[in-house]
Amino acid sequence: MTDRSRAQDITVNGERHTVPVPLSVAQLLEHLHVDLRHVAVERNRALVPKRDYASVAVDAGDTFEIVTLVGGG
Amino acid sequence: MMTPTDDPPLEIGPHSFQSRLFVGTGKYRDLDVMRDALAASGTECVTVAVRRMQLGVPAGKSLLDYLDRERYRLLPNTAGCFTADDAIRTARLGREAGMSDMVKLEVLGDPDTLLPDPVGTLEAAAVLVKEGFVVLCYTSDDPVVARRLEDLGVAAVMPAGAPIGSGQGILNPNNIRIILERARVPVLVDAGVGCASDVTRAMELGAHGVLLNTGIALAVDPVRMARAMRRACQAGRDSFRAGRIAKRLYASASSPTEGLIEFAGE
Repeated sequence: MTDRSRAQDITVNGERHTVPVPLSVAQLLEHLHVDLRHVAVERNRALVPKRDYASVAVDAGDTFEIVTLVGGG
Repeated sequence: MMTPTDDPPLEIGPHSFQSRLFVGTGKYRDLDVMRDALAASGTECVTVAVRRMQLGVPAGKSLLDYLDRERYRLLPNTAGCFTADDAIRTARLGREAGMSDMVKLEVLGDPDTLLPDPVGTLEAAAVLVKEGFVVLCYTSDDPVVARRLEDLGVAAVMPAGAPIGSGQGILNPNNIRIILERARVPVLVDAGVGCASDVTRAMELGAHGVLLNTGIALAVDPVRMARAMRRACQAGRDSFRAGRIAKRLYASASSPTEGLIEFAGE
């Protein structure tokens, strides 16, 4: 059962976020309004492949990096 | 009729390119200028960087909206990484975000010179090659390091002509020549290119390609400079393939020395 009254703290791109429990990576990205076209996600320094977004759960204390591609040489 | 297109394509890993110019997407005044400059350069492969997404801001137009994926293959880089571990993580993220198996690997050793850290570079290259990346590896112009990278299985070695963004041209052409003579994979001169003649010089040395960014992006007229770089690349490649004459100390007349008219005083 989803318990919307619970919340957990995680770090995303160096900033603290309080997010619902339970939460998948897919739901986290939706929660943060992330444009999914050119995104890549790391959870606790390990890459989360796109196919796993729905199945990987967000745990309290997790550190996420959410990146995209920008201009560079 | 011999045309520049009779040049076989440049093969890097499983990918092949007609254009031997690789162009960066950083530092342009705006994305319209970047798009036009890339088009003028004739490049088929552009570098991009991996950075944190801006969260909580409305999604505006992004770099990718200005890059025609039919036309350009993406080459995500590991710029800004100072350890092998950071570069490996960044490469994995870049592959995921860019749907490209190529990576421009750079592991830097010093923030002022941006010169590569050869130890970290070798360490990261070994891991990324094992993970199936097509590694195009930024390195110094050290022929021994270049050889070690080849031994690890990188798809291309990319020695710096001069420090990144310095526009100094090719500081040690002899080292580049040694790398080229021994190379079994394509060698692209990466970094330090300031103007079109630098590109020509690299290609005349026999480089298989040139990668540049700042020389175009920060030119007063980036689109015109991009066009110059395209022509310079083709000119240098043709000049190399045509086989230059040997240098000699004394003159050698171009006109016949016989059949001259009678001159006064003879």
